[in-house]
Formats: sequence, structure tokens, C-alpha cells
Amino acid sequence: MADQEGGFSPETILTHLKANNVTHVVWLPDSETNFLYTLMQAEPSLTLVPMSREGQAFSTAAGLSVGGAKPVILIQNTGLMESGDSMRGWAMGMNIPVVLMVGYRGWTRHGVDTDTAATYTEHFLHAFGIKYYLVESDADSDRIAVAFERAERTKQPVAVLIGDEFHGFNQTGR
Amino acid sequence: MFQTLDMFKAFAPFRGNAVVIPGRGGRHWINVSDKPDRDVPLGDPAMGGHASFALGLALARPNEKIILFDSEGDILMNMGALPTIAEMDPKNFYHFVLDNGVYATTGGQPVPNAANVQYDVIAKGSGYQNTYAFDNLEDFTNNIEEILSMPGPVFVTMKVAPEIENVPITQRVRWQKKTRDQTIADMQKDLGPR
Repeated sequence: MADQEGGFSPETILTHLKANNVTHVVWLPDSETNFLYTLMQAEPSLTLVPMSREGQAFSTAAGLSVGGAKPVILIQNTGLMESGDSMRGWAMGMNIPVVLMVGYRGWTRHGVDTDTAATYTEHFLHAFGIKYYLVESDADSDRIAVAFERAERTKQPVAVLIGDEFHGFNQTGR
Repeated sequence: MFQTLDMFKAFAPFRGNAVVIPGRGGRHWINVSDKPDRDVPLGDPAMGGHASFALGLALARPNEKIILFDSEGDILMNMGALPTIAEMDPKNFYHFVLDNGVYATTGGQPVPNAANVQYDVIAKGSGYQNTYAFDNLEDFTNNIEEILSMPGPVFVTMKVAPEIENVPITQRVRWQKKTRDQTIADMQKDLGPR
């Protein structure tokens, strides 16, 4: 964090979810989005839909979307890779305009991955032809709005890779 | 054990205005239903996802009754969906499962521990308040009205006869009458704005 101007605050993500009229957050916890959970719970315009495996997120989001709601999927890159067939069939195949907020576990801005989850994440997205935007700090957060616009325009999933851990495991330490 | 088509014929008079997602039973349901614009026969976008899809639709449309005909193979592939459904507690969701004990579309190989898995017990343990299991049409027929009159989520598993397909996938005849996009568009038009 020390070398990132301003860092990336969960409040910024919440602001973008509200600005884009998101109704449901389909999610499975990860270290990158831990503190965001508390904020989302307190936000009356959002309904949290908890998953036990990330593949469920895409079919759940498909049902929400065709029903007229506006879901966002909030998962980690490890779970994204587990979700390949569900993403293909339920999101891409059904033309679901959904933004995937993906915790980029293992990523560093210096290009030295700290585990293989990061090594394969962008290769995985390339393989499926899914456009993605990297967000490291609040200064990058306009890319979230770009992702929402692109998802709506193309009727396809678009990913936002969250390249920072929220530092909210202990809120008193924020 | 009973026939899927017979089950659908017994169910149809009690469907009301519900949205029906017929799952792998779609080939029969589309010939029984009298409200095709409220039917969502998606075929198989990706196995294991029908329950979560139906949950999403139920959450998006809390004032519409959503009825899913799932399969035991789909349940086994994504059993973690059941606690999510129970936690979200959609009062408008009715979760039926066609349990034929096999992967019928791949030639009829048995699902794991086919003879012994109790899907209603799993659903109950996942948090569904109301669960049923039927192995004959008469009991199903006698209970269907009550089931659909209680608040969801309700889980109903049924022992149905397998209808095994051995034709190669590339040679199978498409049973859907509409494209997937048209199916969704017709449902959305019939439901109206959210």
C-alpha cells in the first residue's frame, strides 16, 4: 500500500455499486473484499446473496438479471477459475450484462506474483474473451464505471480485477 | 416411480399463473403447458445451475410464483445452492426435483449412490422448512395443491422413470419450440417491468 497513492477504499466500490443501480451482490468472501462486506450489509439498497461455490454466482446472477434486477458478482480469482463452465453457459451464453468484481489474489504491481492464482487469472479471462479492468487504488476507480457501461452495451460479463487487499480484517486498525 | 409426463399432467391444473422452469423435463412440459410465455425451458446452459437461476429469478420477482423442475444430477453437481436458497428464504419459490437415478442424457449411467441419496433430507438439513418425497403419482397428485398453496421455499423430490438418450449429441433433435433469447424475451414481456 505504501507505494500506491491513496490506496483503494471499500467505500469507493460501494459508491460505484450505488451509482450503477446495483440491486444484488452475489458473492463469496475473500480477503480482498472483507471489509466491503460490512459496508454492503449496512446499505439498504443492496441485497447480499451468499454463495458456497463461485460457479453458483453466474446462474444466480442470470436469474436476477432476466428478472429485471441488477446483480454484481463479487468473488476471488481462484473462484473465477472454478466457474468456467457456469460463466460460459449462464452468463456469456445467456447474454447477461454483469460486472464481476474479482479479488486479484497474489497480484503485485511489481509484476511478481505471489501465488499461481495471480499467474493464471488474466490468461483465464483472455481464454474466454472477457474484457477486464485493473483497479489498484481509488484513482483507478473510474474503470469500474467503464466496466458497467461495457457490460450493458455488450450484454456480456466484464471483470474488474481488484489489485489490492482491503485492510479491514480489524476495523479498528483502519 | 412414475412417468415425468404423467407428473406434469397432474401438476398442470394447479400451475396458476406461475413462471415454470421445466429443467430437463422441458421436452414434456412444453406440450402440456397452456402458458408458454411463462415457461422458461432453457435446456442446459451449464449443468448444476438451474436451482441458482431459479433463485435469482425468484428474488428479482418476489410477487411472481417461480416453479423449478430440477434434476438430482443437477442437485448433486451444485448442492451448495441449497443452503443459499434456504437462507434467502424466497416465499415464492417451489423447488421440484426429478430423480431418475441416472444421467439420462449421457446414456443412463447411475448418479453417485443413486439408490440411497435422500434429497428431501438434504434439503431439510440445508434449511428448507417444507420438504416432500414422492415415489408414486397418486401421492403426488393428492398433495400438489397443498404444496403450491404454502409459502416457499418448498422442496419436493420425486422418483421418476429414466428416459435414457443414447443418440449422439450432434444427432439429437432439438425439442425447444423457441430460441433461448426468445424464451427470455417472451417471459420478460409477459411479466412486465420490475
